[in-house]
Amino acid sequence: MADIPLTAPRPTRAASKGAWFDPIFQFACLSAATLLLAALGGIIVSLAIGGWPALHKFGLGFFTDTTWNPVTEVYGAAGPIAGTLITSALALILALPIALGVSVFLVEFCPRRAAQPIAIAVELLAGIPSIVYGMWGLFVLAPWFALHVQLPLMMNIPAGSVWEKVFYGVPNGANIFTASLILAVMILPYMAAVFRELFLTVPAQVRESAYGIGCTPFEVVRSVTIPYVRSGMVGVIMLGLGRALGETMAVTFIIGNAHGLPQSLFDSGSTLASTIANEFTEATGEMHTAALTALGLVLFVITFSVLAVARALLLRQRQD
Amino acid sequence: MTFDRRFRRKAANTLFVGLCALATLLALSALGLIMWSLLKQGFGGINLNIFTRDTPAPGSIGGLRNAIVGSAMMCGVAMVIALIVGILAGTWLAEYGGDSAYGHVVRFLNDVLLSAPSILVGLFVYELVVRPFHGFSGLAGGVALALIAAPVVTRTTEDILRLQPNALREAGVALGAARWVTIRKIVWRGAGGGLLTGGLLAFARISGETAPLLFTALNNQFFALDLTKPTASLPAVIFQYALSAYDDWRGLAWAGALLIALTVLSINIIGRVIIARGNTRP
Repeated sequence: MADIPLTAPRPTRAASKGAWFDPIFQFACLSAATLLLAALGGIIVSLAIGGWPALHKFGLGFFTDTTWNPVTEVYGAAGPIAGTLITSALALILALPIALGVSVFLVEFCPRRAAQPIAIAVELLAGIPSIVYGMWGLFVLAPWFALHVQLPLMMNIPAGSVWEKVFYGVPNGANIFTASLILAVMILPYMAAVFRELFLTVPAQVRESAYGIGCTPFEVVRSVTIPYVRSGMVGVIMLGLGRALGETMAVTFIIGNAHGLPQSLFDSGSTLASTIANEFTEATGEMHTAALTALGLVLFVITFSVLAVARALLLRQRQD
Repeated sequence: MTFDRRFRRKAANTLFVGLCALATLLALSALGLIMWSLLKQGFGGINLNIFTRDTPAPGSIGGLRNAIVGSAMMCGVAMVIALIVGILAGTWLAEYGGDSAYGHVVRFLNDVLLSAPSILVGLFVYELVVRPFHGFSGLAGGVALALIAAPVVTRTTEDILRLQPNALREAGVALGAARWVTIRKIVWRGAGGGLLTGGLLAFARISGETAPLLFTALNNQFFALDLTKPTASLPAVIFQYALSAYDDWRGLAWAGALLIALTVLSINIIGRVIIARGNTRP
């Protein structure tokens, strides 16, 4: 290429038909990509502007105060923040072993023929809309849970023990724990799908050599597969966490929607997203709207950092 | 000694396999249980009235026509926007600037946007569209849904286009076609099935979204085709009716939930069939 002098007369050739549109097309594509960035930036800016009056008025107390009172116009986000973190963490603890089990089963033990249909069925769980989970949770899971778990537990716990405090709550099944249970079902398929993808990236030679020296499948998974995808696994966990943090409708149905810090596992509570969903259209004044928008900003900051870490870890795994 | 150890390893392995199978069974039974309650509670409520009558006052006969039409219109608006933005952005990432620093930033933030809480999108569109124009509207709802669908389309478009062999692009250039003609007539055409699947999956994702519609499209008790006014949608009606105290409203909510779930699940399955076909094609 470099041998050809740039000044040499080139054979004349008509420009391609429609070549004039090339830069315009490229610019349109670039603008579309930029539009996506602008949308994300717009979310941050609009939440910051909308929530500023509340943050300005209540200062750092906004994050530590548990009062949420539209009548006296005093707003503190501690209750919803705690509710969000507790439900998401619980959901993660419940969903992680199951998601690992499902993906290991599909990759290692399941007969080829059955693996694909089962994988699709599990992924269909991810397709069910949030509001359907909410209805199912409120009308099916909550009554069942109250009758078969909550009441027996309350009856059989010795009075005055620690457990009485842990399991205290109105026995209607709408509480922090059932909300976490629903969240766990919702994030399970995402985590299982990405775990499966990760496990499939482990080179066959590595696994086969472990089998070759006489490892059982359990030992291969524990000592070869899982260490091989370690940083990716943290990414998947964060991805699940990110989903759980922002989940709105299902939680709104079942968490009981009480402001303030949840006092026990079976107490009703609220999350950032459920508080916004419940109150935004009925907000009583400017400050109420601002406080709700500030909740949105808090939620954005939390989920954005979690998701950013997740994506970065998954990206690194893919490049390794 | 050795026998004992071998036995222990074998037992641990059997236990592990059993637990993994149990986990899979649990996940599948969750799907089964949810579908079973949906069918049990919702199937009885599905009749012609659902499609021909509007949402009723408590105690009178009605259906979900306005909500179904509203949902369809808003999803339509959203898909038009999302497909244009998403396919162009995905094309830029795959064909033009995907390996530049800016490309990495766009891809990374698009992935974040992909799993960002949908309620925040609703808040954003409220500040962007609803507040300046002083009113909830179906158009605002469509924009909110588009913001949720566009990252999905972008992601699948880039993934699919990157699977197209470079020889195809070279063939186009060798024929003397302009770059955008090559992309349009060769790359996009070759990736047609995949692009369709991306669109379908995005559509499935937004058709059940509730949170972003709550403060953008609001709701509407009556039949309306005007997208500049508050518009009813299936998820918003389900939300309102499910939490109401009236049995007939709850019945309608279950019927609506069944409709949405069946729609979303069948779109998902169709999408997967298209992908599977594409993979087996020589």
